[in-house]
Amino acid sequence: MSHHADLTPSVIQGLGWIYLILAVMNGAWAANAGKQKADLRIVSAWAVFSALLGMLAFAQIAGGDQAQNFSIRMPEVVKAGIDRLANPIVYFAGSTVLFVVIIAARKWLVNNTVAWVILNLMVLFLALSMTDYDFRQIVGKPDNVPIVAMLFIVAFFTWLYFKRAVDNDDRRAKGLPLFEQVENEKVLTWPDLVYTELICMVVLTAILIAWGVALPAPLEEPASAVKTPNPSKAPWYFLGLQEMLVYYDPWMAGVVLPSVILVGLMALPYIDFNKLGNGYYTFNERKFAVITFLFGFLPLWIGLIILGTFLRGPNWNFFGIYEPWDVHKLEVLNNVNLSQYFWIDGLQRPMPVAPSGSDGLTQALYILLREAPGLILVFGYLFLLPPLMAMTVFRRFFIKMGFLRYMVFANLVLLMACLPLKMLLRWTINLKYLVAIPEWFFNI
Amino acid sequence: MAPAKKAKVEERRGMLAAIMVTAVALPGIMMTPFMIASSLLTAWLGLASLMVARFMLPNVLAEPPRKFKIGSPNDFDLGTVATRFVASQGVWIVHTDQYQGKNMIYALLSVCTHLGCTPSWLEGEQKFKCPCHGSGFYITGVNFEGPAPRPLERVGLRIAEDGMLEVDKSLKFQEEMGQWTDSNSFVEIA
Repeated sequence: MSHHADLTPSVIQGLGWIYLILAVMNGAWAANAGKQKADLRIVSAWAVFSALLGMLAFAQIAGGDQAQNFSIRMPEVVKAGIDRLANPIVYFAGSTVLFVVIIAARKWLVNNTVAWVILNLMVLFLALSMTDYDFRQIVGKPDNVPIVAMLFIVAFFTWLYFKRAVDNDDRRAKGLPLFEQVENEKVLTWPDLVYTELICMVVLTAILIAWGVALPAPLEEPASAVKTPNPSKAPWYFLGLQEMLVYYDPWMAGVVLPSVILVGLMALPYIDFNKLGNGYYTFNERKFAVITFLFGFLPLWIGLIILGTFLRGPNWNFFGIYEPWDVHKLEVLNNVNLSQYFWIDGLQRPMPVAPSGSDGLTQALYILLREAPGLILVFGYLFLLPPLMAMTVFRRFFIKMGFLRYMVFANLVLLMACLPLKMLLRWTINLKYLVAIPEWFFNI
Repeated sequence: MAPAKKAKVEERRGMLAAIMVTAVALPGIMMTPFMIASSLLTAWLGLASLMVARFMLPNVLAEPPRKFKIGSPNDFDLGTVATRFVASQGVWIVHTDQYQGKNMIYALLSVCTHLGCTPSWLEGEQKFKCPCHGSGFYITGVNFEGPAPRPLERVGLRIAEDGMLEVDKSLKFQEEMGQWTDSNSFVEIA
């Protein structure tokens, strides 16, 4: 099917070096386990795994000359299976489930061995996937290399947070002093901190220069106002916003919601009434704050960046990671506004339209009547739901916060929830806009 | 008599002195280096802003003319979208009978109504598809998929005196405003 060779000698050899690095890492892991006087069977299992990786690396580096028949590659069945699952619904549901699993299984995940196994699996999956031409085209693009690195970095820092938090929560439960209280050896700003910063600065500059020389930023053709590259992607850090734009009008996804994100993050210290967790890692003492923030950060921001980078192709269609970017891929969609559902499908009558030649006020009233269902829904969402939540789920919050702080908080939560909600409505009932008033450039 | 006269002389002297002091001191104050510098700066900024204002009225506009001829109506076959004017003028010329069953030619502006990217005409799928956020439009220009909130805009089209089609990009017609019924927004083929 593919016109390009999945494997070339240079790819096989490059992967050989990756396996070699992984073998060395696992060898060090086994040696460390031996030094820690771990169970001999476990140490030998890691040693065997490392040796197997070493042999694999040798086979890759030596066997590059017969690329077409090289057998170590991602099985076609796995590729087809993953591609068949690839659509925005599965992706978003999957990332949400993964998020819940991370929270629920945090005590198990912070185990060093578990984390090491996951790291091994991530690298092996990446390396095996590299044997696919289309995967390599996306992941190997110089633009996208930092995003692959970001996957590992975000995973590591999230893991580190949970490691420290679970440790402190255990200490609290046993009545022991917290990690930060035990290890509170203070160092001086000068020279300890400043030296560290200086070294970091020099090393990072060197890495950036080497990176810039080794992987030059790709240049595209000269910009033109009447020609848009296909697909046209925002800078990687804005891909979450670009994904948001698929579901919202530009002024909502481009102006209102980003402002709410920024202002909302600034407002956090004023909204937060929980004095615990100040100066030390914890999860149990700040459950709501951590879960809310991480939901906004991991599935809704990082998750959408990954989606935009690796899974969106020509015409902004959704493509599996091993799927060729076919410009003519057909996705049948027909998005419908809520007003159309309400008047035409629900009440079986034409949409209210002002009689031709009527004055501006009459026209405006007809437009408001046409969009009344959506307007009422949005009004209820933003103004009736907060009091309802204050009486039910957020009762304790409302009592502690007071009216004004609670309203700000409730609206921020609701506005954050409006992105996944709109996505759900788009996927389930093909909803385009709740309120669609193109006459006034007002669409929600 | 005498004291009064003396007082008047003194008063006069006082006024004279005041005028002389003012006459000497005012330029003295005006001529401090600070005042000179700030006056010069103000004057220079005033001139500079005039210069900026002058940039708003360029001598030559390097834009293509807003009105241009695209050829005879016979050059555009029924059921086709001419994409050859997109690169230079940013318009598609559409000849179709799918909009309200009328056989007509109209010019659509190649600007997506969502965020302004240039959609591409997909012949096989018979739709305009935007590469930025996936909005799709029928051949009529009406939006049906993705986030675009309103149909593509038409620009003016008429048959000129010499029988050629003439596009006028200074005119815009928006469907949601009911402007597609305007006779300047399409050319009906008999």
